Amino acid sequence: MSGYTCWEPAWHRGLPASVLGGMIAPGGVFQTRVGVIKHGMTSIANAVGSIYHPASAPDFVPLPLLRDLQFKRLRDVVERAWERVEWFRSHMRERGLSPDDLRSIDDIGKLPFTAKTDLRDTYPFGLFASPMEEVVRLHASSGTTGKPIVVAYTKADLEVWTSVMVRSFACCGLHHGDVVQNAYGYGLFTGGLGAHYGAEELGATVIPISGGNTDRQIMVMKDFRVTAICCTPSYFLHMIERAGQLGVDIRNLPLRVGVFGAEPWTQSMRKHIEELSSIKAFDIYGLSEIIGPGVGIECHCHDGLHIFEDHFYPEIIDPETGQIRPDGEEGELVLTTLSKRAMPMIRYRTRDITAIIPGPCACGRILRRIRRIGRRSDDMLIIRGVNVFPSQVETALLEVEGTLPHYQIILTRERGLDQMEVQVEVTPQMFSDKIGALEALNEKLVDALDHVLGIRVKVTLVEPQSIQRSEGKAKRVFDRRSS
Amino acid sequence: MKIQQLSLFAENKPGTIIAPCRLLAREGIDIRALSLADTQRFGILRMIVSDCARANRLLQDNGFLVKVTEVLAVEVPDRPGGLAEILAIFEGTSINIEYMYAFPFGNGDKAILIFRFGDPDAAIERLQASGINVLESGAVLKK
Repeated sequence: MSGYTCWEPAWHRGLPASVLGGMIAPGGVFQTRVGVIKHGMTSIANAVGSIYHPASAPDFVPLPLLRDLQFKRLRDVVERAWERVEWFRSHMRERGLSPDDLRSIDDIGKLPFTAKTDLRDTYPFGLFASPMEEVVRLHASSGTTGKPIVVAYTKADLEVWTSVMVRSFACCGLHHGDVVQNAYGYGLFTGGLGAHYGAEELGATVIPISGGNTDRQIMVMKDFRVTAICCTPSYFLHMIERAGQLGVDIRNLPLRVGVFGAEPWTQSMRKHIEELSSIKAFDIYGLSEIIGPGVGIECHCHDGLHIFEDHFYPEIIDPETGQIRPDGEEGELVLTTLSKRAMPMIRYRTRDITAIIPGPCACGRILRRIRRIGRRSDDMLIIRGVNVFPSQVETALLEVEGTLPHYQIILTRERGLDQMEVQVEVTPQMFSDKIGALEALNEKLVDALDHVLGIRVKVTLVEPQSIQRSEGKAKRVFDRRSS
Repeated sequence: MKIQQLSLFAENKPGTIIAPCRLLAREGIDIRALSLADTQRFGILRMIVSDCARANRLLQDNGFLVKVTEVLAVEVPDRPGGLAEILAIFEGTSINIEYMYAFPFGNGDKAILIFRFGDPDAAIERLQASGINVLESGAVLKK
């Protein structure tokens, strides 16, 4: 998650001076302070006395201008992909389409979808629209088959990414003067660097601590007088718990804002986090295929996530038929990168199920909102921020046993933390009458799963025939994380 | 010399071991001795039964996970120090006892110890060299 504001020249030209310079917000909604300053602590930013950040100007651009901008950018990006990406051109031709068929933003519905499998099939560089000498960064995210999905950025793409992350942080009421502890993982995962550059460009003090080493996280949070944290919500809950064990009450620290993402979470989890830590928790949305974090963010109204639709055009479709659904109706979120250069994504199917919330937000932003993501339409699971595919579980079980035992995956949430249990039916080949041998097998399975998934999960050996057999497609996953 | 024992995998949850026991009861198979080893998540029910081969087949046919393993049965006087004397035989050797359990025998003045050794043949040799009676299966099943 990260962002920074950069306005492309075209953007400048298309806007009236009042929008760019004046930062006029409609309706006087900025009377409300977003952040709560605890313990009389004054940050430079808040001393300014406004919760409105100049970087947020594009969030308030008048609707006709926004639609006009979106259309122009859509045409540009489609032309770019058409000219430079063989895969895209052939898919357009199959449908008898060319970029000239785009007459208005509504024509976006004619364009072919892009799916995650398309990224995998063109691995690693097949969808790049820029030559390598213009690509300045690569990131990758896990896929189902062990091969990751590779995404590329030009310098301009990174500037856009930083800009949307700056807008994201500004939307959460952060400013220069805030001290941001960035506990997203740094590396191939987009979370770490995305949030890093965004917070830095915002002018905040960034602590690039990355994930893990919870005791050190808590020490830093306390000693460096951290005011904002970025991480997965489940990891923050873990921090709260650990802080308690170390005798640190996060409620007494200057921390006031959490920017949480990379996994679905719920309203009740937010309530839980806010009660335990006295911070304001904001949901941030993004995916590496589109840019990384910073595709959408909650504002202080906490009523859905604003999509930075000047860069990422949202649609909701019926996941079965592909038909566009009207605002308010639930379906799969489809995103088009309107300004991406290195790797344009045209109508990318996110597999995230949500709805566009009709009507304006009380914060005054023109940007449309989506409901927070509750579930996905494919079999990918997100456990404590980590992408997990049931097929990976199979791979691990096969590795240990040579044959695939019957298994099922049970997901629960205990005190806000995702728990994954893999129940494995013991086969005669696996069975030993020595407790130690069975426990060693159990441990071996845990290790193999850790190796493939990157997380420790609970393995339970169960009796033969105790896992229900299905007549059709096996139901392997029982997600009981409803609260 | 070695006797056969049935081991059955059981999840650690209420009601798991009644079904195999009912099955054996219905077929008139007597459980002569048993021990239940448990961990937090699962258990192993180990039994010496009157007809091991038939019980094994029966349980397998009914979907239970069973395994026949060979154990040693040793008779000891049922008095303080009886077990210690047997264990002393293995003291200082590399023969490992994987697990053991005991049950009373005869008129209550004797007990039978069931052992699973890491190296059963070495154990038999050692026991016999110490003049200990390693029981045959018939002797164990006798009431």
